[in-house]
Amino acid sequence: MTAAATAAARERPRKVLVHRHAAATRLTHWVNVLALAFLLMSGLQIFNAHPALYWGAKSVFAHPWLAMDAADKAGQPIGVTTLAGHRFETTGLFGWSGKPGMGEPRGFPAWATVPSYRDLADGRRWHFFFAWLFVLNGLAYLILSLINRHLQRDLWPKRWQLRPAHVWHEIVTHAQLKFPKGEAARTYNILQKLSYLAVILVLLPLMLATGLTMSPGFNAAAPWLLDLFGGRQSARSIHFISAALIVLFVVVHLIMVVASGTWNNIRSMITGRYAIEVDDVARGDARQGDAR
Amino acid sequence: MSADPSRRRWLQAAGASLAGLWLAACNKLTENPTSAGVLKSAEGLTRRVQRLVTNRTALAREFTPADISPDFRPNGSTNPQDPAYQAHVQSGFADWRLVVDGLVERPLTLSLADLRRLPTRSQITRHDCVEGWSSIAKWTGASLGPLLDMAGLKPNARYIVLHCADSLEETLDGTGQYYESIDLIDAFHPQTILAYAMNDRPLPVPHGAPLRLRVERQLGYKHAKYVMRLEAVADFAHIGRGKGGFWEDRGYEWYAGI
Repeated sequence: MTAAATAAARERPRKVLVHRHAAATRLTHWVNVLALAFLLMSGLQIFNAHPALYWGAKSVFAHPWLAMDAADKAGQPIGVTTLAGHRFETTGLFGWSGKPGMGEPRGFPAWATVPSYRDLADGRRWHFFFAWLFVLNGLAYLILSLINRHLQRDLWPKRWQLRPAHVWHEIVTHAQLKFPKGEAARTYNILQKLSYLAVILVLLPLMLATGLTMSPGFNAAAPWLLDLFGGRQSARSIHFISAALIVLFVVVHLIMVVASGTWNNIRSMITGRYAIEVDDVARGDARQGDAR
Repeated sequence: MSADPSRRRWLQAAGASLAGLWLAACNKLTENPTSAGVLKSAEGLTRRVQRLVTNRTALAREFTPADISPDFRPNGSTNPQDPAYQAHVQSGFADWRLVVDGLVERPLTLSLADLRRLPTRSQITRHDCVEGWSSIAKWTGASLGPLLDMAGLKPNARYIVLHCADSLEETLDGTGQYYESIDLIDAFHPQTILAYAMNDRPLPVPHGAPLRLRVERQLGYKHAKYVMRLEAVADFAHIGRGKGGFWEDRGYEWYAGI
């Protein structure tokens, strides 16, 4: 690290490359990207087999809280999404989609599902294969991150970071797309820590647990999961909602990657090296670590 | 951030081509036998792990009469047009008989009255369709385990194949006939019954009259309706298209516990 740092310092005096991510973090990150992408798209394929969600143990077909159906409007097929009793026309996206003249009733459109054509059997094969990859990769991440102290050292918030004034300050500066610089950029800020921990320790385990709760075989082994989530159809709903929250996290995550220096961030997740500015720049340019 | 319209168009085109490539690649991987085989390998892992963590006799959740679905959805065949079946419907299943044969010591032919005299079980359980929905009903029927003991399985019997009266698909070679298969772990599970009643009434035609399987720890398509014959076999490669069931022959998992 010192050699790399001196070399970097010779070329660009204000920037040094620091060792940001351990190999275990980087590898499990990209395997997770792969697994989650396939899980999401095959999951939407499975959802499309019955694009309606309910609360409780069973489906009350007349009262889904979310449904995507095809309907008829003046002789033309349209897509209709019903959310908590409110009806929205969503032709081309939810309920009815496809190339002009080749539209079909389907929950999510072809570009969002694996396979693109309607095939529940294959969707399930993709889903359960990548579910195993996701679980084994997640376990490897958790074990390795406890051993190399990534979880305790890098992700667990420090007491001073949790002070409301500090959290508020971070929210305000993030909203202005100003990110920590210099020494402060060496470590995760509190918003990163909280969102990463929420995904790693809450949302992803929730996906697994609600997924298992939909398995009639696993229900016999662990009936308490049914009680925890309020029944199989509730588990299916929570599975869908937490998938949506993960998509939301990924969107925000990618915006932050771009806003705080695309190539520096991507490089740090591939090679592990992350550029930080050692001297604080007095000017108002908030972008840090921009390698261009 | 660049606002250059040509760059934006280029990015949009690149994004669309990447998405197209991704979809095409996924479809290809789905259809390629090697990659399809890799994807399929997860099924064996799921079955083994679920069997490992689940007691053989662990029960599916049972519900109260208040939980019974008023809108239980029939699926698959709901009114088989096969002439032999229609004749049974006309006669109120008076001449209907269940045949138990294959690798058994004592092949059986049982009427509905015979089945009602066998050890019975009633259970209010959840039916989970592979499509994702669930409905709850009360099922009453003959426990499969004691019935199989009565017929006496030969030592090489490993699966029970359920042959059904309905053709769910028109085919020239007869592989459109519905059938299913379960292994002996599920066959002898205490909740596995041949149900002749649903919600305390004779099983209605849309739900498989006069007899359907209930194998409560698996998805709906395993619960064969319109059951005509139980065949004990060592393997099912010679039946239908060889995958152990109508939907299995069409790509669905044989182990439907998930």
